[in-house]
Amino acid sequence: MLTKRIIPCLDIKDGRTVKGTNFVDLRDAGDPVELGARYAAEGADELVFLDITATHEKRKTLSELVNRIAHHINIPFTVGGGISSVEDVKVLLQNGADKISVNTSAFKRPDLIRELSSEFGSQCVVVAIDTKLEPDGEWYVYLNGGRVKTETKCIDWARKAVELGAGEILLTSMNHDGTKQGFALDITQKLSAELPVPVIASGGGGTMEHFDAVFREAHADAALAASIFHFREIGIGELKEYLRGKGIPVRS
Amino acid sequence: MELAIIKYNAGNIQSVLYALERIGMQATVTDDPEAIRSAERVIFPGVGEASSAMQYLRERKLDELILGLRQPVLGICLGMQLMCRFSEENNTTCLGIFNEDVRRFQSSSRDFKIPQMGWNTITGLKTGLFQDVPESSYCYFVHSFYASLGPHTIAVTDYIHPYSAGLHRDNFYGVQFHPEKSAAIGEKIIRNFLEI
Repeated sequence: MLTKRIIPCLDIKDGRTVKGTNFVDLRDAGDPVELGARYAAEGADELVFLDITATHEKRKTLSELVNRIAHHINIPFTVGGGISSVEDVKVLLQNGADKISVNTSAFKRPDLIRELSSEFGSQCVVVAIDTKLEPDGEWYVYLNGGRVKTETKCIDWARKAVELGAGEILLTSMNHDGTKQGFALDITQKLSAELPVPVIASGGGGTMEHFDAVFREAHADAALAASIFHFREIGIGELKEYLRGKGIPVRS
Repeated sequence: MELAIIKYNAGNIQSVLYALERIGMQATVTDDPEAIRSAERVIFPGVGEASSAMQYLRERKLDELILGLRQPVLGICLGMQLMCRFSEENNTTCLGIFNEDVRRFQSSSRDFKIPQMGWNTITGLKTGLFQDVPESSYCYFVHSFYASLGPHTIAVTDYIHPYSAGLHRDNFYGVQFHPEKSAAIGEKIIRNFLEI
C-alpha cells in the first residue's frame, strides 16, 4: 500500500539552515546536508529545501548545495525558492534535485508550469500555494511569501496548475502556519478530493494528533513541517509509530 | 569494477551516479558503445517519456547495443519500461527484452492519485537482486505507467492493482522503483546487482 509521507522542510539562506534547531549532537546544525541526512536516517520520507537567499550569488550557492545534498542523502528531495525559468530548473535537476517547487513565479506566468512539465515531466514539478482564509469564507492565493494578496481563489489556481502540468501541490495555510494548532483540514480536504495529483499539507502541525487528522480527515498524501522537527518537539520515528498505531499507512 | 550508466535524453541519471558513489563505487555516465559493451555492469536509468527516449536510443543505435549486452544490466523506472515489449505511453514499441506490456494507471477515484508518488512495498521477491531484502520492504516510486504481471516478474507492488515492480530475463533486470532514492533498502538492492 502506498504510504503517507512525512516531510521535514529546511529553510536555507546563503547555503545554511535559517531556523535554529535543538539537535545537540550535530556537528554543524546549520549545515543543511547534515540535518537532512539526520532526518533521512530517522525515517523522513522526503525532504524539502526552501531557499530564501535574495542575493545575486544565490544561484551558484544553491546549485552547489543541491549537489552536496544529492551526494549525501538517499531519499528524494525537492528544492524551492525563487525558481522562475526552465534554465533555473535544469541546473537544479542536473545537480541531483528530484523535484523543484515554484510559487509566485508560476502564478505570475502560469506557462512556466507547462514549460517545466513538458521539458522535465510533471513528476518533478511541485506547485506551492500559500493560501489564507478571508472573512468572506473563501481561501485566496497569496504571493511573495504571503505578503501580497491576490483575488484568485486557492481551488481555482490549484485546478489550473494541475491542468498546466503540476505533478503535486504543496498547500500552506497562512492562517495555520506557525500556530501549532493543527493543519487546515477543510481546504486540504477540498484540494485532495478535487485534484488528481498528490497534495502535501503544510502549516500548523503541532502535535501527532494533527498529523493523524490531516491524513484521516483531510486525505492529504503527505504532511510537511519544520520547527516541530527542528526543535525535537516530535521525533519522526515516534510520529510514524503513533500514526501506524492509528491505522495510517506509513513507511517503517 | 567497471560500471557504465547509459547516457540518453532522460532525467535523473546523476542520482544513480551519486548513489553508487555513496556505496563507494565509481561509474561512468556514457553513450560510448565501447565503454558500455566493456563495462562489467550496465545501469539503464531514467525518468521521462517513452517515445522520445526510444527514438533517441534508435537514432544512436543504442537499442541494438543494449539488446546485445551479455553482462548484468539493470533498468530503473523508465529504463525498465523501455526494456518491455510495448508502452501505452504514446504507443511506443520498446526493446522487447521482457514481453510484459506497459500500461497507464487508470483511476476514477481520488484515493489513487496519478502519478503514484511515494513509498510502497515490494513482495514476491525473486532472484539475487533481492537477496536478503525482506518481503514488504518499502521502496520509492514515481510513475504513471506500470508493467503488467507476467512470467518475468520478480517483484510485485500493489497500486490500484498488483503490477511488476521488478522484472528479470537472463542477464537483464529491471525495477520500477528508484533504488537510488530508496534509502538503505535501495542501497542493498544496488549492492546485490553489483554482486550478481
